[in-house]
Amino acid sequence: MAIRHYWSMAAAAVVFRLVLVLFGGDLHLASRPEVSTPLTSIRRLAEGYWLKQASMSPYSGSMYHGSPLLLSVLGPFTKKRSIGHAHIYCSLIFVAVDFIAAMLIRATGQSLQMARNRSLKSLELTETVGNSVNVSAGDIASLIYLWNPWAIVTCVGSCTSPIENLMVVIMIYGACSRLAPLAAFGYVMATHLSLYPAILIVPIILLLGFGPDTPPTKVFHLKFSSARKSDILDDDKSTSSRDVPQFSWKPVFYFILWLPFWSCYVLLLSSIILNKVGSLQEMFIKTYGFILTVKDLSPNIGVLWYFFAEVFDIFRSFFLIVFNMNILFMVLPLAIRLKHRPCFLAFVYTSIVAMLKSYPSVGDSALYLGLLGLFANELAEMQFTFFLFFGYIGVSLLSPVMHNLWIWRGTGNANFYFATGLAYTCLQTVLIVESVSSMIKHDRKLRLLVTP
Amino acid sequence: MAPPLSPPALRRLILLVPSLLLITSVAAANVEEFTEELLLRPLPDRKALAHFHFRSSAPPSAAAIRHHHLFPKAIAQLVHQFHIRELELSFTQGRWNYEQWGGYDPMSTNYAKPPGVELWAAFDLPLGEIDATWKNLTHTLSGLFCASINFLESSTAFSSPRWGFKLNEGNLRYGALPREAVCTENLTPWLKLLPCRDKAGIASLLYRPSVYKGYYHSQKLKLASSKSFGIILDQTLTVVLQPDSVRGMHSADGQLQPSWSMKDLFNRKLSGKCLVSKTSRVFFEIEKDIVDKVDKSGTEASWTNDLFVLSSAPDRVLKEINNMDGHSSSICEYDVSNYNEDAPLDVGVTWKLPLIWSCTPAPYHANRFLMGSGNERGSIALSFISTNMHKQLFDVSNDCSIKTVVFQVVPWYVKVYYHTLEIFIDGNNKAISEVIDKINVTPSEDKLFPGTLEMLLRFPCSMQSAALSLDFDKGFLHIDEYPPDANQGFDIPSALVTFPEFNSSRSYPETDSLFVSPLLQTFKEDGVVKSYTEVLLVPLTTPDFSMPYNVITFTCTVLALYFGSLLNALRRRTGEEERELKKAAAKRGLIPLLIAKLRRRKVDPPPPGSSPASVLSSKLLLKVVFVAVVAVAFHHFSNS
Repeated sequence: MAIRHYWSMAAAAVVFRLVLVLFGGDLHLASRPEVSTPLTSIRRLAEGYWLKQASMSPYSGSMYHGSPLLLSVLGPFTKKRSIGHAHIYCSLIFVAVDFIAAMLIRATGQSLQMARNRSLKSLELTETVGNSVNVSAGDIASLIYLWNPWAIVTCVGSCTSPIENLMVVIMIYGACSRLAPLAAFGYVMATHLSLYPAILIVPIILLLGFGPDTPPTKVFHLKFSSARKSDILDDDKSTSSRDVPQFSWKPVFYFILWLPFWSCYVLLLSSIILNKVGSLQEMFIKTYGFILTVKDLSPNIGVLWYFFAEVFDIFRSFFLIVFNMNILFMVLPLAIRLKHRPCFLAFVYTSIVAMLKSYPSVGDSALYLGLLGLFANELAEMQFTFFLFFGYIGVSLLSPVMHNLWIWRGTGNANFYFATGLAYTCLQTVLIVESVSSMIKHDRKLRLLVTP
Repeated sequence: MAPPLSPPALRRLILLVPSLLLITSVAAANVEEFTEELLLRPLPDRKALAHFHFRSSAPPSAAAIRHHHLFPKAIAQLVHQFHIRELELSFTQGRWNYEQWGGYDPMSTNYAKPPGVELWAAFDLPLGEIDATWKNLTHTLSGLFCASINFLESSTAFSSPRWGFKLNEGNLRYGALPREAVCTENLTPWLKLLPCRDKAGIASLLYRPSVYKGYYHSQKLKLASSKSFGIILDQTLTVVLQPDSVRGMHSADGQLQPSWSMKDLFNRKLSGKCLVSKTSRVFFEIEKDIVDKVDKSGTEASWTNDLFVLSSAPDRVLKEINNMDGHSSSICEYDVSNYNEDAPLDVGVTWKLPLIWSCTPAPYHANRFLMGSGNERGSIALSFISTNMHKQLFDVSNDCSIKTVVFQVVPWYVKVYYHTLEIFIDGNNKAISEVIDKINVTPSEDKLFPGTLEMLLRFPCSMQSAALSLDFDKGFLHIDEYPPDANQGFDIPSALVTFPEFNSSRSYPETDSLFVSPLLQTFKEDGVVKSYTEVLLVPLTTPDFSMPYNVITFTCTVLALYFGSLLNALRRRTGEEERELKKAAAKRGLIPLLIAKLRRRKVDPPPPGSSPASVLSSKLLLKVVFVAVVAVAFHHFSNS
């Protein structure tokens, strides 16, 4: 069931962005703490580009912490313009980037939909499950991504997070359609830009090996054992067991071959760009080191900035290890439990990263909320959706208010703003836990339906 | 018995004696010297400037390190230990008023200093050792002058300018503490370096209440050392005081300038020189503009004329050698050795007619201020307003331009975006390349070192005003990094603006080659016009200082919530739970079990062959058997 007027709605979202970029004037979104982080801020990128043009290392001065590739791609567009707001050309690029990302999400959704329909058909559940909820998940997901206010402010505020998001989407799309080189490219670029997508290697390998999301293997086995029992005379067993996902090593092997190629390519390009002004070692210290050690304590929508501004110095290293490990802790349990749904696994990882990363922004949330739309059919029975929806709205309204009270008016204090950050983290926790448990419930429901 | 001297040895001795005599005579010429001088000058805004200048010098001999007659041993040791080539330390309270007190004379270029402590030193060391030596030096000076100069030790507090402050080969370090309070505790150790302290000579005028009552007060120590001339230590104290205007009276033409003398300013008269000093002199400087006005009034510009009269006749009157135009300032000189307890010296001025004059300003008045509100971001603006002074000096043609050097150090928590540099000339935005000839930026590194900006600007002569602006973001610090009074804000040290094409040096005719005045000598030396801008106060956002435990517990709770609930969701197996629930219901007791069983049988009889009761009993039986076997085995082994 495709969404009517899909193209007109998508076009409207793009036009809306363009209107905001071209006629919105300077909305000062680029300096909002919710929108830009030290890693994605375009002003810092402009400063890094300026330093590089002045034949200094772009990383000198603790200003720029991004990739040298972005510097050479976006740098020339950050020059001062007489008309419009300062970074209008970058914003226009990001509009295009957002549109491409939405299209790739849509394509991913379509391949997920096909896989779902196929597996439901082989389970003979098309009537019971498929017809009750069957919306075009790809269309929904891409529309969510395009019309998400956070994606819009990130795009108009010209932060580099749309590019990071695009790389993650490219990786998932490439893995879904079993294009090993594309998946490897997305993986290498996303890791290069923001480090955290590195943990997505687990769902990517599962996706390449097993293909897109299916119900658990157990369900198929149950189905076939009962099928065998019921019509034992049927000799054509191979046709029915064809649908049970088998791990195919070939795309995974290609992926692993392509990884070092793209990594070397990216590092080579970086070292060419940094030639004579910096070194790769400096780049790693100033990007990955900066991410992992939470050096910048300026406020953002996360909780770590205030934590590390307040925590006693002797405990700093301990908590750095704990918080960074916290992201890794859940990788294995989730992978074991959700190995049959690698795409959903990728969504969960993305949202965990968006919640626990050292410099979170709403751009990261825009990505995982978009990906959430891909599972509209499976998560139809998710609980607390009302609470979550209004929670997100409430936080995104309160956060600027609290920031204004604290920073600009001086009537509130840091605790108010920190409280919205805490609430936001709680909401994300609820979203993650609820989506995971309702996905598990959905699988169980399938098994119960299959079990005679 | 000593052997008789052989003829060659005798000849050698004969040769040796005159050479020895020669050496001693050279040493006699290079003895340690001390001179004391005081310069007084009336200022246009009814104030008076007093400038004390003490010079001690030590000859460059190796033995002098161990023993000194006049030169302070602490300073000599410091110079030798830290291999200092040049050093300047100033303690300043108040701000030099460039508009009123002049910006184009040796006094303002050399002795107008930024508020607080400013220290710079050039070392005679390999570049690698300089930072470590600087740190030791700050601690030593801190101990010597009872000031918190040791805060300059941290690499976030000092910088190494290349050409914006003073041309060097990377061996110069510069640091400033704008908030340092200066008081008598800093003056006392400074006076201890003088041979007579404040017991005799000119230094005895330093009556503390009057010195610290002043509008501006800058106490400076300047060291220069080299192999050729040894060590020269210049100690200067510049004060701007408000004389009591009791003797000032009103007349028909306006208010008369206050008449004052040393007694009024310092509450005492000068009753003789410090006995060990080589020379001891008091100068009274009469500004160019006053001389000009006196000339116009028709009388000779000497110590007594129609406009004013000095309290005593000077020993000598020196006229500035000036070839450029007719105007030149003059200086009346008094030799303190001619005065004693019975006839003390009390230099002063009594005005006869109201007089309005002005000091020569620098080519541009430089001001610096902050723009923007809120604690997130802001801009630093530097404005230059032309005083049209250069129009008298240069013929203004179209392609004429004035060079201006700006040197500015910004602490790391003020994160300057150098790409946002904008220049407005007479209100029009100009391209950077049109105005900036040379720029050197050392961006600040978080918690490591401050940002340094050195710029060589070229302003057109016809320009009336210029403004430079730089955007910055305010940093957020860890709670331990805030000073005790965090809400007061943080200071950005003064910027230094230099006009390299303008020289303020003044030369006076040499009267006596043996008794050269060090004060007038410094007036003659390098006098590139400089002016310091204001110190900026940047308020930074503060976190809640009482919150660390709350923040730690809240954050950890939220993360534990995430971890626990997600793990719970993953671990939970709904099917098994239902089975467990049934089991629990079965175990609850006999009667409920029976009721449940009855009900279940009534509602839905269990499928044949898979009775849960039989499974339960067999499992229970197995468990009992297992425990019995273990018990028997344990008993058996414990007994044997």
